[in-house]
Amino acid sequence: MKRTVFLSALFLLTLIITGCRQRNTGTAGSDVKNGDDKPAYGDAIVEGTIGEPSNLIPMLASDSASHAVSGLIFNGLVKYDTDLSITGDLAESWDISPDGLVITFHLRKGVRWTDGAEFTADDVLFGYRTIIDEKTPSAYKEDFLQVKKAEVLDRFTFRVTYDKPFAPALTSWGSLVILPKHLLEGKDITKSDMTRDPIGLGPYKLSKWVSGQELLLESNKDYFEGRPYIDHYIYKVIPDPATMFLELKTGGIDMMGLTPIQYTKQTDTAFFKENYRKYRFPAFQYTHLAFNQKHPWFSDKRVRQAIAFGIDKKEIVDVVLFGLGSPATGPYVPNTWPYNPNVKKYEYNPEMARQLLRDAGWQDTDGDGIVDKDGKPFQFTILTNAGNALRKNTATIIQWRLEKIGIKVDIRTVEWSTFINQFIDKKRFEAVLLGWSIGLDADQFDIWHSTKTKEKELNFISFSNAEVDELLEKGRRTFDLEKRKKAYFRIQEILAEEVPYIFLYVPDATPIVHARIRGIRPTPIGISYNLPKWYVPKILQRHAMVP
Amino acid sequence: MLTYLAKRLLEMIPTLFGITLISFLIIHLAPGKPTDALSEMNPKMTPEARERLEKYYGLDKPVMVQYGLWLKRIVRLDFGESFSMDRRPVMQKIWDTKQPITERRLFITFMLNLMAMIIILLIAIPIGISSATHQHTLFDKITTTTVFVGFAMPSFWLALLLMLLFGVYLDWLPISGLKSMNYDVLPFWGKVIDRVRHLVLPLFVVAFGSLAADSRYMRSSMLEVIRQDYVTVARAKGLSEKAVIYRHAFRNALLPLITLIGLSVPGLIGGSVIFENIFGIAGMGQLFFNGVMARDYPLIMAILTIGAFLTLLGNLLADVGYMLADPRIRTGQ
Repeated sequence: MKRTVFLSALFLLTLIITGCRQRNTGTAGSDVKNGDDKPAYGDAIVEGTIGEPSNLIPMLASDSASHAVSGLIFNGLVKYDTDLSITGDLAESWDISPDGLVITFHLRKGVRWTDGAEFTADDVLFGYRTIIDEKTPSAYKEDFLQVKKAEVLDRFTFRVTYDKPFAPALTSWGSLVILPKHLLEGKDITKSDMTRDPIGLGPYKLSKWVSGQELLLESNKDYFEGRPYIDHYIYKVIPDPATMFLELKTGGIDMMGLTPIQYTKQTDTAFFKENYRKYRFPAFQYTHLAFNQKHPWFSDKRVRQAIAFGIDKKEIVDVVLFGLGSPATGPYVPNTWPYNPNVKKYEYNPEMARQLLRDAGWQDTDGDGIVDKDGKPFQFTILTNAGNALRKNTATIIQWRLEKIGIKVDIRTVEWSTFINQFIDKKRFEAVLLGWSIGLDADQFDIWHSTKTKEKELNFISFSNAEVDELLEKGRRTFDLEKRKKAYFRIQEILAEEVPYIFLYVPDATPIVHARIRGIRPTPIGISYNLPKWYVPKILQRHAMVP
Repeated sequence: MLTYLAKRLLEMIPTLFGITLISFLIIHLAPGKPTDALSEMNPKMTPEARERLEKYYGLDKPVMVQYGLWLKRIVRLDFGESFSMDRRPVMQKIWDTKQPITERRLFITFMLNLMAMIIILLIAIPIGISSATHQHTLFDKITTTTVFVGFAMPSFWLALLLMLLFGVYLDWLPISGLKSMNYDVLPFWGKVIDRVRHLVLPLFVVAFGSLAADSRYMRSSMLEVIRQDYVTVARAKGLSEKAVIYRHAFRNALLPLITLIGLSVPGLIGGSVIFENIFGIAGMGQLFFNGVMARDYPLIMAILTIGAFLTLLGNLLADVGYMLADPRIRTGQ
């Protein structure tokens, strides 16, 4: 009896072990002979993701996972080109009236939804009407509420009219508002099947979604820019970053975003060099230390400047990001058109910092190493949200540096929702360490304009500067790139002088992709913009997927 | 017996009502709102837009009115729609009828926990008995140390180490998920083996971490029973040690375990977040955790209500089990 149990257990174990997948360790690197490295159809790419998409109708989702997938299923009228200029997508061309109030889009003809219906201007109008509808819970309404009139001129011509010229207007006509009218008209969009089983017109279409596990996309053979080479795109949900990295090591996934330590250390092995390619480019976001301008200590510009001189941004980039980023000087990403490289930079200078503090009346009178004024020691709290190790480490380094110029810093981390509601909204903070994602358009009206300081608005530090207000208004009311550039350059100079935020760093995005996948061309907007053009040479194809 | 059951069931109603009321109030007391995740730090979100969203979700009404509305739906067993961006009915998130049964969250968590529970009992009970009958021997010391090491070891850490060993270095077992990418094309037995291979690590990690409680309960209750007079009598009668332990002592020593099993009934549907995240298993723990983070009130309430109901049911079952197993309780009534 015992013997049979033991034997069957052994048998099962053997089955389990031998049943293991044949790991493809064939080198995918450089040993493909010339001529074999031609684009070919087939194979699949598996991307690992921490978060699961929630809703595939772009206007209803505000998480990045949803947009990553719906971006492959839907296209917009216009899109950003690799140099951040605006180029046509579903619109072949467009005219802007000389006063900047009327935009007329000329749409591509012959584009079809994946169910076969033709894409026309009616679909755009329908999308526009849906997003401004009271009943549509969309976080992206505001740009579209600026539209005075939207009309269909003929099947392939769509025109919008604005009250005032509005520079972000053109790019707002991206994929948010392109919806198949013939499938959604008269239905409640929030309850529609489209949220989880969309019909689009982009390079890929969804073929299966297993909740919490994976989304399987299949290439759209009739895609208007040509059939994508890679047949299947699989978006695999792995909530734990460490597990995801192990999956990458065993070939369970082909693509993921690396953390700084994974990029610099853990993938610095012969195995990874042979089988994977790493990419690196600035992410469209920055991390900053923001001061509550209403706080009596921080309302003094000299104090803010002193702290800026007391922090070594380069050191933060080197230690926290392992060098994978660059010090920030303003609210734009280096090497994009609104970025002004010639603003006041605060190189680390503790002497200058102490001097500025002295000028502002802060001196260490009682010899305890902390500067004081009117008997009060300079001690404040940096608040940040819990669960973000990069921010916490950044705060710790700042704490250590500021102690050297006589300022005592406490760090407090709070869960996100509580952080926003109890501290940011109520303006109950001295300084916060946070990050902003930067839109591809340069308009930052909501973050810096002095009218945007009410509860729940985004200028929560109560920054107020008449010249900035005027420039923000100017920058969004013209389509002339040179004029806009001038306005945003000046804004950055003022922000650098006034230091409402200390702009700390722009981190790099660091994706890794399996080396068998070719055709990846890194640009300022990243790598995934040309995913339909990625391919795997025939002899390197790994997955013979079943339909 | 039947009147007793009916009485207990009736008593559950006000308790359940009280639990839901308190849960509802507490989750609304927590700072933050469901609209936060949708709108926070989004430069395109104005206060007016936020108000529209709050009205859309019915959050502008007083809490007690919201509770009333919730209660009105719940008596029809309608848990409402999730406040998250997908707006799906809560029941669909827990029990997605569009997916095969093996992909539904409740099923996944329930089956995993049930399997884990059976494995734990199968291992813990013999360990407990043996360490009781061999008290203070080397075997007792080794098993005690082992189960406590399992108890003390952080499960995420153990999981990662095992993944590294069996998944990366040895390449024997898959790392995460519950099935392979080519699962659909496998033959029947291939599917079974694929499932088993994916289950080995998760079940081992759960079982190893939970052996301590059950085996220690078993040990101490066995120790208590062994010292009873009737065991001495059985021995004096000349019964074999095997018969004394397994026929006479074991049954009585099982009583505390009934309570333990009864208490673990609600645990069957509540997955562990850390464990599910590490192994990439789409179960209830993940769903609940994400629900709490997004302040998805209907989802939180649904899971809490089901959990509360199962807790009460588990208590009831434990009591009934006691009555069946222990004549002292039955007749003492």
